[in-house]
Amino acid sequence: MDFISILSIFALACFVGYYVVWSVTPALHTPLMAVTNAISSVIIVGALIASAAGGSVSSKWLGLIAVVFASVNIFGGFAVTARMLAMYKKKDR
Amino acid sequence: MHEVTPINPWFALAYLISGVCFIIALRGLSSPSTSRKGNRYGMAGMLIAVVTTLLMHHTAGIVEIVIAIAIGGAIGLVTARKIAMTDMPQLVAAFHSLVGMAAVLVAAAAFLNPTAFGIADGAGQIFAVSRIEMGLGIAIGAITFSGSVIAFLKLNGNMSGAPIMLPGRHVINLGTLAAILGLIAYFLTDQSPWVFWTITGLAFLIGFLLIIPIGGADMPVVVSMLNSYSGWAAAAMGFTLGNSAMIITGALVGSSGAILSYIMCKAMNRSFISVIAGGFGAAPEAGGGAAKSDRPWKRGSAEDAAFLMAQAEQVIIVPGYGMAVAQAQHALREMGDILKAQGVKVKYAIHPVAGRMPGHMNVLLAEANVPYDEVFELEDINGEFAQTDVAFVIGANDVTNPAAKTDKTSPIYGMPILDVEKAKTVLFVKRSMGGVGYAGVDNDVFYMDQTMMLLADAKKMVEDIVKSLNH
Repeated sequence: MDFISILSIFALACFVGYYVVWSVTPALHTPLMAVTNAISSVIIVGALIASAAGGSVSSKWLGLIAVVFASVNIFGGFAVTARMLAMYKKKDR
Repeated sequence: MHEVTPINPWFALAYLISGVCFIIALRGLSSPSTSRKGNRYGMAGMLIAVVTTLLMHHTAGIVEIVIAIAIGGAIGLVTARKIAMTDMPQLVAAFHSLVGMAAVLVAAAAFLNPTAFGIADGAGQIFAVSRIEMGLGIAIGAITFSGSVIAFLKLNGNMSGAPIMLPGRHVINLGTLAAILGLIAYFLTDQSPWVFWTITGLAFLIGFLLIIPIGGADMPVVVSMLNSYSGWAAAAMGFTLGNSAMIITGALVGSSGAILSYIMCKAMNRSFISVIAGGFGAAPEAGGGAAKSDRPWKRGSAEDAAFLMAQAEQVIIVPGYGMAVAQAQHALREMGDILKAQGVKVKYAIHPVAGRMPGHMNVLLAEANVPYDEVFELEDINGEFAQTDVAFVIGANDVTNPAAKTDKTSPIYGMPILDVEKAKTVLFVKRSMGGVGYAGVDNDVFYMDQTMMLLADAKKMVEDIVKSLNH
């Protein structure tokens, strides 16, 4: 992808982020942080590329360590978000 | 080396879908009822991104990768299951540090093997644009990592929450920051390893330096800010890899953290710059009711409190960080249940900066099974204190201090507060009269005629109230 296309996606995504995040209810701000944590670990994509590539052993190892770190975050982040969200209940009447 | 086919439109489409799933995941958080579904979209998006990447590389090195994911996944799941809800701020800080470190490692891997990432020409020269993106990525990643480690240590109590002020820190910080930016520019002309690693080293350093002088009360801003950085780090790496899922996610997370920082700053009436500059609550500030502590105040017992609340028509409970420290949320909910059974209306009022991270109190109350429709934000409930018989303040202090409205010399002047002083009776649970809030100011509410101080550990006090309510 050329730089301008990437930049366009980025700029538009910032606006989407702005509006979506303002609509998040303050009561869910902690789960918001936990889930944003989990999804920012999409950086695992870069780690996977490094782990899959040949050519440089050190690069591959750095990639694998990054896969471990990102996985902690992905599994931990989504699980802890799910755990928190399950606690939010309405008054039962 | 295996074939990489980044131009395959199906792969690009898959990454886009993954990015859209993340948008839906955040959108779901607009209400608790849709949030669980949103979280599942998030997981689906991540699965799509991972599987697509593996397919794109013809599952090369799949064995090591699966082992790495299994190790990380197991650690993550166990941590997520075991962590106490009161420790959530530390956990989030720890997770931020991992995102930062992962970004550093990915950037380093890309630097060592640029052809694998498709960012270098045949001779191994990294493209100019990629050098800037990589430099920014590793710098933001490293700052996120070291900053989050300090935030973690402070939140976890391994390091004092008090601000640590180095002499000349503003000069050192600005100098380091300028050096990083200068080196990133120089990286354009010279891709020698020393440039890259010096950027990395300086960025780690400035992450430490930036967070060390920030005190405990400002932690909600710091945690939000680091959340934002972790997003920008992911976005920078997304630029390097031309990956839309990473760019969309980075922008979402970056804006999310930035908005949360803004909300937190506004709730404290502080500017972002003054929070970053640090030092808040370092020394007792002048004015704002210092040396007033010899004024008379009334002490109440659990029985008095139980009697007053049982007679009330409406009780508003104001929880703060002290409730989290004492783990009093379950006892508090029990107290609320008994009062409701006796026909008292019970509501909870949450100040945006109560606790150590945005929404901290809401999670703790939800954990204790308090229905979320009994929990109100500051602007929705503040008008009700005047018609309320009892305001029950537990573990909160600065967020109830009327000096924020009247005393221009007070360090918290201008901060929106919960108007507990307007309630007919204020019950103030506090460990002792000695301690003041994080801002280091005395609270006039302690000395008002209608205030009764309940001096004890928060959990013990609430349990005693529950006992006498049951009599």
